[in-house]
Amino acid sequence: MNIIVPVKQVPDLVEELEIKEDGTDLEREWLKYKMNEWDESALEEALQLKELHGGTVTALAIASGDVDEMLYTCVARGADRVVKITGDFEEHHDSHTAARALAAAIREQSYDLILTGVQAADDLDGQVGVLLATYLGIPHISVVSGIEVEPMTHTATVRQEYAGGIMATFEVDLPAVLGVQAARAIPRYAPVSRVRQAMKTAHIDEVDATIPVGAGITVRRMFKPESTEHAEMLEGDVDEIVNRVVEILRERGIWRA
Amino acid sequence: MTAVEPERIHEKEVAIQDGVDISGHWNRMFDERVIWDFDTSKLDEVTQIEGAESLGACYQCGKCTPVCPVDHVGDYSPRKIFRKTQMGISLLQSADLWLCTTCMNCLRVCPKEVNMIKIMPAVREQAVLAGNAPTELSQAFENTFRYGNPLGEPARKRADWAKDAGVPVPILAQIHRPVDILWFVECYPAYHPRGKDAARGLARIFHALGVDYGILGVEEKCSCDSQRLAGEKGLFEMFAEHNIKMFSKYQFNTLVTADPHALNAFKHEYPKYGGDYSVLHYTQFLAPLLDRIPFKKSLPYRVTFHDPCYLGRHNGEYEAPRRLLEAIPGIELTEMARCKANGYCCGGGGGGMWLDSFSRPHVSERLSERRVREAVSTGADVLAVCCPYEISRFEDAVKSTGNEGKLIVRDIIELIDESMRG
Repeated sequence: MNIIVPVKQVPDLVEELEIKEDGTDLEREWLKYKMNEWDESALEEALQLKELHGGTVTALAIASGDVDEMLYTCVARGADRVVKITGDFEEHHDSHTAARALAAAIREQSYDLILTGVQAADDLDGQVGVLLATYLGIPHISVVSGIEVEPMTHTATVRQEYAGGIMATFEVDLPAVLGVQAARAIPRYAPVSRVRQAMKTAHIDEVDATIPVGAGITVRRMFKPESTEHAEMLEGDVDEIVNRVVEILRERGIWRA
Repeated sequence: MTAVEPERIHEKEVAIQDGVDISGHWNRMFDERVIWDFDTSKLDEVTQIEGAESLGACYQCGKCTPVCPVDHVGDYSPRKIFRKTQMGISLLQSADLWLCTTCMNCLRVCPKEVNMIKIMPAVREQAVLAGNAPTELSQAFENTFRYGNPLGEPARKRADWAKDAGVPVPILAQIHRPVDILWFVECYPAYHPRGKDAARGLARIFHALGVDYGILGVEEKCSCDSQRLAGEKGLFEMFAEHNIKMFSKYQFNTLVTADPHALNAFKHEYPKYGGDYSVLHYTQFLAPLLDRIPFKKSLPYRVTFHDPCYLGRHNGEYEAPRRLLEAIPGIELTEMARCKANGYCCGGGGGGMWLDSFSRPHVSERLSERRVREAVSTGADVLAVCCPYEISRFEDAVKSTGNEGKLIVRDIIELIDESMRG
């Protein structure tokens, strides 16, 4: 079972976010980045599947920022191979560009399964897996929270969880792209000595993916939530407040007695 | 383990001893059972780890059990850990691995020098590498790795506490001159709300005494001693290298810290990585300067003092904090039964700060709660501390044991500062 996990970094919310002057992006100079948490789940699920069925796990990332450190952390967690996609794309590309670049890099690889995080916290777009599967011409299921692989029939049985506690089970032919909502275990900790060892000994393969810039989304305006109205604070003793509450309920037509 | 094999049973058909016929099954003898007849694989699993060899030296005298702080609230001690490995229970897989606070009271009394201060980090390191560290501990490791502090606070805000100190706090990168004292602030004083109170107090004391000092500010990262003792050696090494590099950028005579855990790292561990400094805990630095501290107000407190494990047992300092307390006008010092070399642990050391919910099912109450009850029983109205882990642990314990209003918890810094401010 050879599994590919595309991973990316998102801004770490430990630092306060600021918006660039032109109002279309974050002020990125002081940002700290961390691995997208859904990607961490996808990697964990891949490592668990490898432990069950053997094979390899490859983590794949588009070159930007301190992506090397993230890839070394993937090695420390148990990835067999890490690949960095280089090319002529902007530092902060959208899902469409990312999916094209990933597809170009993955097309040349052999794989049984591609696990993506279902979405990333920075754009909540959730389209990388969908587009990647489309470009590769293979099936895709998103928002997956349980994966069982059947190596004999080369299929996977996956679960989706809906609102209200309803579950759905799908069977899908492999290779396929699955968008992971949650892994079967909490993403494992990468011991620092392993990360440091990986930094010294692991090799990051580089794949060039020159791709046409995809038509994606354009950010027109980025802004912090603006408060329009404030809550009315009721003051006075208990009777006054209760009378006022009753009055408000009547005014709004919520209570008709 | 098997029952005694028949060939090891010796019974003479006719036995005559000193002319008396003692034939019969009462002359039955067994071969001596040598230690290797037991399954030692679980003990070997521990003793083959570099640093953990001394567990094998335990001869079960049990002196450690009554002084082990965890045994007071649970069922635990080095002797018991050894016995369990003999019985085939793997320490690497057991919750026992994470309950030791590395307080060192066992080593103080152990005639065989079974050294849990070395055993625990060595065995825990193997568990961390195997991915078996408790989740909340891993979170503290991850926070330290990412932000330079286990609390998960922004690295950029490491010196923000200084803004409200009321006195200037010199940052070495900004002052461009040698200093006498490099004050290593450390994480809890830099970020924890109650730790910051003490950090600001110490800045005011330094200012009043005219101490020539500077801090590293955002260049400082966790000393990582507790992470090391909790099994994250790689993290410790990475941060030791970082801090040593930062220290090498500046000229100073002495390192001073308010955190006994940092003191311990600088005294005993950093030299192994090329960082050898003259280091003092703030109590050791201030005690000789006592007659220069401008005390104003008399504090009408009955105070009892909790010895931090890493200042007392680990680094042999019992007198400096007591000298400071006794010098504060109005304070009456009373001792708890367990004090100085036999001081009871607060539960925060060796990673205990980040194992609270993991430990809860294994203990009847927190070590800090047991200690607060002891402090209350002395009739003291202030529990004085001088380790930044203790202030929050004991304040929480005062509340959870229903002693709110009976006991307040103060760093010695805060008491000095309170008297100085008048």
